[in-house]
Amino acid sequence: MSNIKDRAQLISEVAKRMNKNVYDDARTIKTISHKSELPKEVSKVVTLEEAIRGTGLKDGMTISFHHHFRGGDKVVNMVVAKLAEMGFKNLHLAASSLQDVHAPLIEHIKNGVITEISTSGMRGELATEVSHGLMDKPVVFRSHGGRGSAIATGDLHIDVAFLGASSCDPAGNSCGYSRSENAKSICGSLGYALPDAQYADKVVILTDDLVAYPNTPNSISERNVDYVVVVDSVGDSSKIASGAIRDTKNPRDILLAKQAAKVIINSGYFKDGFSIQTGSGGASLAAVKYIRESMIQQGIKASFALGGITAHMVKLHEEGLIERLIDVQSFDKVAAESIKTDPMHKEVTANEYASADEPGSATHFLDIVILSALEVDTNFNVNVLVGSDGIIRGAIGGHPDTAADSALSIIVCPLLRGRIPCVVDNVTTLITPGSTVDVVVTEYGIAVNPRRPELAERLKAAGLNIVDIHALKDRAKSIIGEAAELPFGDKVVGVVMNRDGSVMDVIKNIVD
Amino acid sequence: MEIKNASAGTFESGDIFIQIAPSTTSGVTIDLDSTVAFQFGEQIKRVIADTLQELNVTGVEVKATDKGALDCTIRARVTAAAVRATGVDVWK
Amino acid sequence: MFVPGNNPAMMQDAFIYGPDSIMLDLEDSVTMAEKDAARLLVYNALKTIDYGNTEMVVRVNPLNTPYGKKDVEAVVKAGVHVIRMPKTETADEIRELEAEIEKVETELGCVGRTQIMAAIESTLGVINAYAIATASKRMMGIALGAEDYCANLKAQRTPDGMELLMARQTIVVAARAAGIDALDTVYSNLNDMETFRKEVELIKTLGFDGKSIINPRQIEVVNEVFAPTEKAIEKAMGIIAAIKEAEKRGSGVISYKGKMVDRPVVLRAQRTIELAIASGILTKEELS
Repeated sequence: MSNIKDRAQLISEVAKRMNKNVYDDARTIKTISHKSELPKEVSKVVTLEEAIRGTGLKDGMTISFHHHFRGGDKVVNMVVAKLAEMGFKNLHLAASSLQDVHAPLIEHIKNGVITEISTSGMRGELATEVSHGLMDKPVVFRSHGGRGSAIATGDLHIDVAFLGASSCDPAGNSCGYSRSENAKSICGSLGYALPDAQYADKVVILTDDLVAYPNTPNSISERNVDYVVVVDSVGDSSKIASGAIRDTKNPRDILLAKQAAKVIINSGYFKDGFSIQTGSGGASLAAVKYIRESMIQQGIKASFALGGITAHMVKLHEEGLIERLIDVQSFDKVAAESIKTDPMHKEVTANEYASADEPGSATHFLDIVILSALEVDTNFNVNVLVGSDGIIRGAIGGHPDTAADSALSIIVCPLLRGRIPCVVDNVTTLITPGSTVDVVVTEYGIAVNPRRPELAERLKAAGLNIVDIHALKDRAKSIIGEAAELPFGDKVVGVVMNRDGSVMDVIKNIVD
Repeated sequence: MEIKNASAGTFESGDIFIQIAPSTTSGVTIDLDSTVAFQFGEQIKRVIADTLQELNVTGVEVKATDKGALDCTIRARVTAAAVRATGVDVWK
Repeated sequence: MFVPGNNPAMMQDAFIYGPDSIMLDLEDSVTMAEKDAARLLVYNALKTIDYGNTEMVVRVNPLNTPYGKKDVEAVVKAGVHVIRMPKTETADEIRELEAEIEKVETELGCVGRTQIMAAIESTLGVINAYAIATASKRMMGIALGAEDYCANLKAQRTPDGMELLMARQTIVVAARAAGIDALDTVYSNLNDMETFRKEVELIKTLGFDGKSIINPRQIEVVNEVFAPTEKAIEKAMGIIAAIKEAEKRGSGVISYKGKMVDRPVVLRAQRTIELAIASGILTKEELS
């Protein structure tokens, strides 16, 4: 027999060889108070200022944010205001996207608090100012998949992530929804925040609904969280997500949606087990409604729907027409509620969604995507970021990721928006290369990329109005006339990164 | 020709609101606010000026608020405002 | 499809939804204060916008208003296909309109270009339907305007439209006897597509050639109900072939089965083919 005392000599020798200490039982303290008391003792909950100090944030570092609270977001403005108050300078703000509500950043840029921005998109006053040359360093624009990759590869290193959460427990387990009665700001999936949570050096969760441990199933795990800050509100819920199905009444959107649905149904990709993603435009959302009828008639079911999940998609899923939902961003309250309760409705990180580096990312398994556009040119290149007036007014989103990886990418856009043409000679800014775009649906006809002659044949055979994209461009010109050259300056205010990390285009400043 | 203050058009998308007022100078001055000013500002001003010239209307200040109107709409609105300002109808 | 005459955005867009005919309205949808501006807008739109093969109609104000004659002058000068006379009660009103049109056409040197459609919106109009339908060789159709008619009849409108039965049948019969088109009234509840569809089915059964609509969303239902028959397609293809034949001969005169084919017939034949293609009955390959 050998007991532990007999082995003491050997234990000590092995420990020495392994360069480890020998276990000392006297140092073990077992807490025997009821565990409901524990969160108070080990809580990560601190004030925002304590959290910032605790992370060791320094001038010149990179801070990150997500945009799941969309136009209702309060986190970015709140945190940057605090950083300004604490005297930080030269910070790099890396957001998954920015919105109208982030206009206060203009002051922080002028004051030198923020000197660099990376984002997927930008709108409103901030975008207008940036377009006019507000910043010395150009804003770096990436797609959602591209941002995920850049974070994973270290191309975009995040020092401190400030992530808003709809619910969080004192250990840091957090979600984009809440199971408590105090739920205030529900956004559903936290997909765009997950790469930040995983790869940032320090992670601070901001929440307006601190719930009891354990807040499971969780979307961000406590193991990735350093601090939890409780705030009055992370977002204006009325601006985060609309309550119900947004059913467009706009006859032009309905016309475009019906045409897009006909393209899908006759494309050759509409068969049992197909997968689909729709963009956020009224027409692409409505297209789902019209393919639903054909799915029922022909007994076709989809294996999954991807991307921004909407009430329409949830409805089809609940009807058994779509087996699974893969959700990087929930577009409305119905989707946010569904992701909370339905195990077949899965939250994914931006990388799992659309990374070009990961062969298993969901876009690689995507058959059909319907997308919108600000401009398409005669080479099928698409711009979704910069307006025809040269001013930044959009977001790249998952546009180039899904167009590149899907088997069939369909752009749905009106030929004209007022006097703004959507089919042009050259896009103002290149976001999605024409080599990845297959079909352009307009109210004046459908253009098929010459790289896809077989597709054009199928659609023609189905009686669809297939036209040359040059004819669409000419038609637009005949209605609105020839637009003047935009007054661009010589300063580069934005850089568009391709999803593979290469530089694809630059955005120049506009001069009034 | 006596010119009164007059206006025509709306602020709806795809329309243009034209205000005509008598001017102290002899020519036509145009103050344009347009959602498509960069691309079509000069073109819109030209259509306004040409239309007024065809109607022999001078000595006016024009204030135009454009929401992406096509040339034919601009012509119609300028003509309507001019008819109202001068009291001379294009269709007797 | 009715389009308000003072709304440039809707006038620009109407074409894309593929209605057979677009009716720009200068009458009820335009306020008194905007009659002049709407007239100019319609004039410039007709002259400039490419409406393709769509038949262009303008509903003018009655000739006894200060606007009617100016409306006629403007739209004839702009080259409208059809003038729709509202609230027509007697054949004399059509003859008066014809005289106005002819005056302008003589000035332009294009006598006979403009056709007339009469809207019948009163009990007297219904009684005079045949006289109205035959009042001018320019007459291409008569249409029912149900709201005013019902008010005049002192009846309420009902979902099944029993109160309109006599007016509808009188109009169809008068139109057929005169050899012109019969067009039904609008249905204004956009949210009740079921009742709308029933109404379209009813009026097709009664023999109407088409239905007036107020929104592009109603087009699909009308097209589905009125999808061209095999026979109509056959005739349309015959006419198209006759056009090609005439072109080959270098002749401007087109004849089909021994009859002269004029512009509206050509337009309708092309439209029938377009409808057949749109509804998937015909492909473009089958045409050539």
